[in-house]
Amino acid sequence: MPMVDIDWLSDHVKLAEDLSYEQLAADLVRVGLEEEMIHRSSVTGPIVVGYVVDATPEPQKNGKTINWCHVDVGDAFNDKDKQGNPVPRGIVCGAPNMAAGEKVVVTLPGAVLPGDFRIEPRKTYGHVSDGMCASERELGIGDSHDGIILLREHGFSEDEYEALKPGDDAIALLHLNNPILEINITPDRGYAFSYRGIAREYHNSTGAAFTDPVKQLNRVVPDIAAAEVDPSYQPDVEVEIEDDNPIHDVVGCDRYYARAIHHVDTEARTPNVVRRRLIRAGMRPISLPVDVTNYVMLDLGQPLHAYDLDKIAPPIVVRRAHEGEELLTLDGRKHELSPEDLLITDSPNGERSSRILGLAGVMGGMYGEVTAETKNILIEAAHFDPISIARSARRHKIPSEASRRFERGVDTKLQPAAVQEAVEMLTRYGSGEASHEPKDLDNTVKPRDIHFKASEVKRLAGLDCELNRISEILADIGCRLGGGGNGEFTVAPPTWRPDLTQACDLVEEVARLVGYDNIPVVVPSAPVLGTSGLDATQRRQRWVANTLAEYGLVETLSYPFVGDEDFKAFGVDAERIKHSSVELENPLAGDRPYLRRSLLMTLALTVQRNIRRGLQNVGIYEVGRVFLWDEQAPAIPALPGGVRPSDDELAALDAGLPEQPTHVAGILTGDAEDAGWLSEKRPVDWSDAVEVLHRISDRLGAQLRLNQADPDEIGPSWHPGRSAQILLSDGSVVGTVGEFHPKVNAALGLPAHSAAFELDFTAVSSSLEDAPVQAKPISAFPPVHQDLAFTVPRSVTAQQLQDVIAQAAGDDLESIRLFDVFTGAQLGEDVKSLAFAVTFRSPVKTLGAEDSEHLRGVIVEQAAQLGAQLRA
Amino acid sequence: MANDVTFDAEAVSAEVAIGISKIQEASDLQELKSLRSQYAGSDSAMTQASKAIGSLPKDQKKEAGKVMGGLRADFGRALSLKEHELSEAAEAQALAEETVDMTLPVNRRPLGARHPLAKLLEDVEDFFVSMGWQIAQGPEVEAEWYDFDALNFGPDHPARQMQDTFYVKGNQAKDAAGFVGSNMVMRTHTSPVQARSLLQRGVPLYVACPGRVFRTDELDATHTPVFHQCEAIAVDKHLTMADLKGVLDKLAVAMFGEGAKTRLRPSYFPFTEPSAEMDLWFPDKKGGPGWIEWGGCGMVNPNVLRSAGIDPDLYSGFAFGVGMERTLLLRHDINDMHDLVEGDVRFSEQFVMGE
Repeated sequence: MPMVDIDWLSDHVKLAEDLSYEQLAADLVRVGLEEEMIHRSSVTGPIVVGYVVDATPEPQKNGKTINWCHVDVGDAFNDKDKQGNPVPRGIVCGAPNMAAGEKVVVTLPGAVLPGDFRIEPRKTYGHVSDGMCASERELGIGDSHDGIILLREHGFSEDEYEALKPGDDAIALLHLNNPILEINITPDRGYAFSYRGIAREYHNSTGAAFTDPVKQLNRVVPDIAAAEVDPSYQPDVEVEIEDDNPIHDVVGCDRYYARAIHHVDTEARTPNVVRRRLIRAGMRPISLPVDVTNYVMLDLGQPLHAYDLDKIAPPIVVRRAHEGEELLTLDGRKHELSPEDLLITDSPNGERSSRILGLAGVMGGMYGEVTAETKNILIEAAHFDPISIARSARRHKIPSEASRRFERGVDTKLQPAAVQEAVEMLTRYGSGEASHEPKDLDNTVKPRDIHFKASEVKRLAGLDCELNRISEILADIGCRLGGGGNGEFTVAPPTWRPDLTQACDLVEEVARLVGYDNIPVVVPSAPVLGTSGLDATQRRQRWVANTLAEYGLVETLSYPFVGDEDFKAFGVDAERIKHSSVELENPLAGDRPYLRRSLLMTLALTVQRNIRRGLQNVGIYEVGRVFLWDEQAPAIPALPGGVRPSDDELAALDAGLPEQPTHVAGILTGDAEDAGWLSEKRPVDWSDAVEVLHRISDRLGAQLRLNQADPDEIGPSWHPGRSAQILLSDGSVVGTVGEFHPKVNAALGLPAHSAAFELDFTAVSSSLEDAPVQAKPISAFPPVHQDLAFTVPRSVTAQQLQDVIAQAAGDDLESIRLFDVFTGAQLGEDVKSLAFAVTFRSPVKTLGAEDSEHLRGVIVEQAAQLGAQLRA
Repeated sequence: MANDVTFDAEAVSAEVAIGISKIQEASDLQELKSLRSQYAGSDSAMTQASKAIGSLPKDQKKEAGKVMGGLRADFGRALSLKEHELSEAAEAQALAEETVDMTLPVNRRPLGARHPLAKLLEDVEDFFVSMGWQIAQGPEVEAEWYDFDALNFGPDHPARQMQDTFYVKGNQAKDAAGFVGSNMVMRTHTSPVQARSLLQRGVPLYVACPGRVFRTDELDATHTPVFHQCEAIAVDKHLTMADLKGVLDKLAVAMFGEGAKTRLRPSYFPFTEPSAEMDLWFPDKKGGPGWIEWGGCGMVNPNVLRSAGIDPDLYSGFAFGVGMERTLLLRHDINDMHDLVEGDVRFSEQFVMGE
């Protein structure tokens, strides 16, 4: 994001005396230009101007030639001879451009350069070097490391150069210690990608006097309107715009302004101030023409392109690319062009538009660039459709400084002034001669007027603001206002504010310049409509989360990303699960590109991490989403914003989305109970997971049941004999509970018998009634207790037998509880004993012995269907 | 022979007095029992004396009966008194023997813990519920239309590139800009629930949506690719930025205590206009009270209302979003995001049930 240099900013706006970067940042943030950071220099002195008194080349054995120099660094820093008189310092310098008579930059012992590079006297090549002559790179002000800085070439004027004296502080001279402010520009403020725009915002914030540089430049821009009627008018270049594939019916280029400048000394050195400002803005000085175009872009916000005029074969044609065309851009990358890419082309050998000069507004091609041999330059300043530029930059992954500005919208009236500034600089620094017959193809339309009721300021911002103040503010940001009767205006936004399109945009302008702090504070009262508060599912989710924590588990929130490693650990068929998993286009970790179908898969990683940290008996849970991909899901349509889609379209959006139910899952490891003075150590097993599940079920009133299904149905992650499906009362499967398969424990490094459960909370919750519990009357008649022990085949589950007993017992059953399970040789193989304590109670009478006998008889009879026999 | 026994009031009184004094000295219930049979049993002096009354002349019988009555009562009283005393002592002894060390650790079923972030989301929900708002949820894998287009991020909007979006593979369709994709993303913010709520619930609308969001940031001390926001949107006929400021200040106090407040700075979001960054004045900030960036907000952009078929000339509203991780880090002086996402049980256990 852009750098703000106080020195440069002061070209356009009157800054407060001794303005600090902190204050500048505070002034700008008030109007919406946010501080990213203030960059501070890490250079400390002494770093001074030195005059090279003599330089003696000394060839070395390693083939290098070094110079043994004496450098006058001013009396304060010079060496002393035996009499105590100052004499130049002895310095060893390996740079090829070192020569006697040059003024250079000397870093003296005690100085610290970027990268914590400390300067000390050191013995080298048989001399003691008492300092160092610095290159640009060593000072952190540029890339050049071919030689040391020769101040003669650093862009000072003759007088300035003459005035440089040995011992002068080079830190101040080269702005080495200046901080610089980096700001963030929101996408609506394209104009603030320039000093012109930032200066305007500084004015908006502080009221400081602002001079629009464009107004001044426009006074000296050649007047084409007058000239073009002159039959002798010969524009610098012929330009044609033909767009056979406009995006959203918007022609890709609505203004192309080009102006020649002749006899430019392209080898001329860019002046120091320009180089310094570019470097501080984070740009690399390259050559005078390139530096000038970059400088104008940063200063005014108009990207420019400089062509070697003699290489261009007119007419220049701005058109879309044809299928199959390719372009090698300046950065050396080759791009296959799309018919949506906008190109700048020329017409060699009479073949119109046959050669590509560049990808419009994004990056130039290899042909037509300005080189050291260039004499005559054509400067292009265009205005392109932001969408077209954005798509090309995105398509070819070239986010350039130019495209960044065009995407956000460039001032449609800026082009002649920007070129004027460029030609003035090339005239001044490169002794060029500017043409006065530019080409201007201008099809721009002025921004649409906004109908603006001043009362909107109150309606939206809640701000009481006088009519005069509102119109003043809008005029100050560059709007032209018409009307005003009844507090209604016709507002013509300035050409640099394409973001101002609706009344609410103007409300923001007024509110931010009056100051958001001046908006009053009101607490709105929500009208009571329908139900408020949490809905049943939201309440139930909290119950479950709290129940599990109260049971002793710790809640975690794991990332939902999974991959092959996890599939393998859980023993699932990777190919199969991939087909039913949501996959990311751009995962952070390439080995986990899928979204989980099961919470347990990501919870397991969390358990692992805890165990690796030396924790034992880890029991954790999570309530979160899983993602179920359906390969048959219809594609999701692309719909425009700003209009309500039809109900069918809205349905189509949701139809293509994967199911994303909320699950609740837990993993229990280690010991369920510690060995201690109170109890025996008891390792976790399936029964703990089942208990947790029942706790959830009871808390929700869900009556979840277990079905010990075929292991193939339950899946390979689970112990085949110690796992069960969780069922709703209607029989639908909503989860799994039990012990992990020993292979899973081994793969994950979990203790043996680690137990787990996973439940589809969404399904469970939606199966529940939201109606209040209907209470039954409480019987005051006495209960009858019976203990019933049955022998049954081992394949019969406790649940099956209990269900039959309950069914048989009928309405008078108060409770049934299994209290004993027993297997043994005396029962016989494949047989087990299950004992239940059953309590009966009638709501209408005292149950007598005969009632009790009758119930027992019915139960025994029914139980026989399962092969159960009452034990004597 | 009955006739051999004579009634001697003095003698029997002396005997009973000895019995009473023995009772008083008895040391246990067993001894008391044998004293009772010795002095009140069938062979005791008292029983014998009672029998002897029968042989007394008539005029002496009444007197003698009175004496015996008094003796029995005295004896019985002494006995029951002692009985009570001894059984109390026996119980006290037995209980003393049952004494335990009550400070032994007893924790058969240790409490677990809520994750503080999950609990914070509930606290935020409770704040909005207390204001009479509703709580909404939306999908985490979301259609791009909801995540972007409905919120005034057109397919070519530069702000769409500001979001570091996880794109989801899927059945391919062209998007509006002609780029082929699934038109599906992991939601980059909770704002799509704005559009869903407006469409599903209509206006007036006062809804908050806490939830998980996703951006392609690597995990480090201050970033996480999976994090939580709470979105709030209110649309009604009279709402202004003043109402926005009121709700923000209330939320700040609910989250950070009395003395917390907010301020707004101009900013930009496609789905709000005017837009603002929101700073929090945090009185308990480490190193002294100060302003801290807390979230983004603004007045709902008319285009968002239009996307939901609501007339922006009749209705206005505000929306804001705050980062839940940031809130938690600030409030509890947590220095490293890793602690929040790694699931180390020791971290959550510090918060117990999240209070």
